[in-house]
Amino acid sequence: MLEIKNLHVKLEEEDKQILKGVNLTVEAGKVHAIMGPNGSGKSTLSYVLSGKGGYEVTEGSATLEGEELLEMEAEDRAAAGLFLAFQYPVEIPGVGNMTFLRTAVNSQRKARGEEEMSSAEFLKVIRAKAKDLKIDAEMLKRPVNVGFSGGEKKRNEILQMAMLEPKMCILDETDSGLDVDAMKLVADGVNALRSEGRGFLVITHYQRLLDHIKPDVVHIMANGRIIKTGGPELALEVEENGYAGILEEMA
Amino acid sequence: MALAQAQLDATEARLSALDLPEGGWADAARREALGRLRAMGLPSARDEYWKYTKPETLVSAKAIAAATLVTDETPVFEDRDRLRIVFVDGVFSPEESDDLALEGVSIDRLADVKDIHWAKDLYGVLEARGQVPVERPLATLNTAFATDGVLIHVTGKPSKPISLIYRHVADESDVILHHVVKVDSGAEATILENGPAAARFNKCMEVDIADGGALHHIRAQGRDHERRAATHMFARLGSQSTFKSFTLTVNGVLTRNEVVIEFTGDDAAAHVAGACMGDGAFHHDDTVFVTHDAVNCESRQVFKKVLRNGATGVFQGKILVKPGAQKTDGYQISQALLLDEDSQFLAKPELEIYADDVACSHGSTSGAIDEDSLFYLRARGLPRGEAEDLMTIAFIAEAVQEIQDETLQEELVTRVQAWLARRRG
Repeated sequence: MLEIKNLHVKLEEEDKQILKGVNLTVEAGKVHAIMGPNGSGKSTLSYVLSGKGGYEVTEGSATLEGEELLEMEAEDRAAAGLFLAFQYPVEIPGVGNMTFLRTAVNSQRKARGEEEMSSAEFLKVIRAKAKDLKIDAEMLKRPVNVGFSGGEKKRNEILQMAMLEPKMCILDETDSGLDVDAMKLVADGVNALRSEGRGFLVITHYQRLLDHIKPDVVHIMANGRIIKTGGPELALEVEENGYAGILEEMA
Repeated sequence: MALAQAQLDATEARLSALDLPEGGWADAARREALGRLRAMGLPSARDEYWKYTKPETLVSAKAIAAATLVTDETPVFEDRDRLRIVFVDGVFSPEESDDLALEGVSIDRLADVKDIHWAKDLYGVLEARGQVPVERPLATLNTAFATDGVLIHVTGKPSKPISLIYRHVADESDVILHHVVKVDSGAEATILENGPAAARFNKCMEVDIADGGALHHIRAQGRDHERRAATHMFARLGSQSTFKSFTLTVNGVLTRNEVVIEFTGDDAAAHVAGACMGDGAFHHDDTVFVTHDAVNCESRQVFKKVLRNGATGVFQGKILVKPGAQKTDGYQISQALLLDEDSQFLAKPELEIYADDVACSHGSTSGAIDEDSLFYLRARGLPRGEAEDLMTIAFIAEAVQEIQDETLQEELVTRVQAWLARRRG
């Protein structure tokens, strides 16, 4: 599904290398987790994959189902099936949540040469999916993320994911700012989307999210590289010993 | 203060190109206005009030010709049930207009000279009141020399909007129109205005709203790229009355829209809003002056400007709260979305408050489209152009929402969307 090879990335405006040769393959149907200390490059990886400006790829590649992502515009990556659940979802005053989502769904469909979703059909689908995530009609009507609590913003990200039905989902610290109940709700939303044809890359600091979204593979990232890969037990090891132990072990 | 010789000469040069209409009920008001105009002189580039907008082409003896617009696009408001009042190059056209009879309102032409008319108590009166503390000579010129216009007396609640439609036919048309609107106690009406009026357009509208009356004014200025226009609106509000005015401006070489609001009765509300879209040779000036001279009145000024390719936006807005005007709620926001580094926004927000129990706030910003928001939209699949358009529509939303009728909001937003899409090519 997602194949990252020897990815090197620096900041566009500074001579600062952030990713220093990331290799990672996420297979369809699998959930991979990336853990790592602050500043290890986890969020940068998610931004570079989804096409945010300000970064320069100096080496390497990232393909989605064989298609090179790094040369595509952000919107084309989305249409190709890549989805990033933002760590900090952006507030957009003036743009209704519903309008935004319908425009997004139909932009992607149009880009893929598919038929656009009618208003009636869209309404039917979004109501059902919003209900599962405990998102009420009021939240759908409000401007995108404006006045949403931390939990509401993250639920809104998962709703977008559910509506857009991407092939490859990247969750960037989706657990940050969530209490236990909200995390459970978000995790249930993610789990409902797990399927044979869909890959997940879950970026997190803490093991606790992985109690709810059970990963198949866990990677530890540090200093711009993946330094260790293992099963779910690796996350437990981090939880018990912190990153220091692993960093020492690998040094 | 004595006028400088140059300003005197410029004023006389302009006056020599005009004929003072004679006779009828407005005769005295016109002569009085001419006297006031000679005393104050036409604006020059030295006037503080014209610091950001060059008045030369608005006051010159002769108007600069402007090509009439050729387009297949249907004019705005076209599909709406409304009473159509059409002016062709500034002359009322009975053929193109509807029968002016509508329940709840009586409408006359300014050019139909009669000896007695209700408008005598208002014509030039509200304009003259609006000259203090800042002079607005182009409005005084208008009072003196207006050749046509409508006198609208709202006595009830007419079932449909009164729609003033302007058509520009001759390239060199130089038009002065003056409308008077009187809204009786408890009466309510909507006035629509649209269409290219002239190469140069000087328009004045005086609005008097009695206690408990309401007037909604929605204006679309657009379509004529080479237009030069100076418009004034003077509104006086009685107690518990409502006045809401929204203007959408797209294109136009030079537009200055002045709005002067005066609260004379308690518990009234006035909302003045505007959104403008400028691309290239575009200079748009919103100058607003709100005077609170009554208790517990609410005023809102909401202006949004989208500027690109060297377009210029100007906002001069003032809230004056007089002694005793307690519980005043004044709000003023002016914002520009600058789509490139060539465009500029010049803002002069002012508050002057002489009462101690008031809530007044104001803000002014200018900036580019937020890159983080843009990336968020694109990451969800919106192409860059569409994402920018969506952000632009969102930017003007606060102003558009000042229109009470949601179908009108939608119609104008659709217009802006089409304009944006065309500009994207």
